[in-house]
Amino acid sequence: MSRVIHKFTSRIPTWRPHVTPIDYDSATEAQREALKETPSNTRISDYVLVLAHDPESLRIRTSLFNGIMYDKGGLSRQERELGAVAASVVNRCIYCAAVHAHRYNNIVGSEAVMKDIFLRGKDAVLDERTRAILRFGMRLSETPPQVDQDDIQRLRDVGLDDQEILDLTLSTTLFGWANRLMHTLGEPVSGT
Amino acid sequence: MTHVIEIAANVAADGPLAEALTTRGKLMDLSQASHDAALMPSDPGGVPLALRAALACRMARLCRQAGLEKHYAALLDGYADPAAASLADPQVTPGADETRLAAMVGYVDLVTRSPKEATKADIESLRAAGLEEADIVRLAGLVAFVNYQLRLTAVLSVMGESQ
Repeated sequence: MSRVIHKFTSRIPTWRPHVTPIDYDSATEAQREALKETPSNTRISDYVLVLAHDPESLRIRTSLFNGIMYDKGGLSRQERELGAVAASVVNRCIYCAAVHAHRYNNIVGSEAVMKDIFLRGKDAVLDERTRAILRFGMRLSETPPQVDQDDIQRLRDVGLDDQEILDLTLSTTLFGWANRLMHTLGEPVSGT
Repeated sequence: MTHVIEIAANVAADGPLAEALTTRGKLMDLSQASHDAALMPSDPGGVPLALRAALACRMARLCRQAGLEKHYAALLDGYADPAAASLADPQVTPGADETRLAAMVGYVDLVTRSPKEATKADIESLRAAGLEEADIVRLAGLVAFVNYQLRLTAVLSVMGESQ
């Protein structure tokens, strides 16, 4: 029996779609083309098969996703994952939060930061730089988005340069995008 | 390629921010291509182009992003579709007799303002109002992309002001 998960976790749940995924065997040429590259180069998931209803967008989105999260230089990999988690916490996308907390934990080799973020949100007790990044990501994910000169200055104060601020903005806002798909077109469930 | 985001954010042609954007030039190109695919797809399905522009303008207003509001208002003007255009105003909601449109606008408002509150019932409402599976994904894709673009533009405009 699978059950819907409502609490943040770094154990990756199963995603159960509310929209019928396309059937790969009867996919159109455009759909197959769009499915050639997958997010983080994982297997073709139900999520991607749901998005394949709109192949024109999916084809571009996957390249953009992989570039924002993995292209070289600028912001560190773990801090990009932190931006993704900040958005996912505000938008309560349990699935995205789990996947990207898990990636963060693997990179830094500890679960402490994500545990505290899941417990206390923006009030988590973190080092200055991590805390500034989390707060920026969470404020930016509000509607209307909260960002002013002070927000940018707080990032500069903990050492982020323009490139890193841009990269953080890209990963955070990318998850404002991903959360709105993942959290509305399906739900996270335990078991398989 | 002309980039809607950089124009809406009024980013200067040089300086550290412009350099950072050049480093991520491929990603800014892909963001522009995503804009084109969400707003002007070759196959719009059951979500017409004028309605897409109107909803994008509505989201820009909900997010108080003046640069993109202007861009989407201009795009919308080009379609000369007054019925769709009225929905660019977040105060306007379709009448109860316009079930399909009302369900779509309801989804746009909820998922822009507070995606965390969306549930399976919201997708079921779209389906009950007559949207096909592909149109639900098209609408969700539009809302999700525009929210990305709005926040990215918001940060770039603030960063640009100080340079």
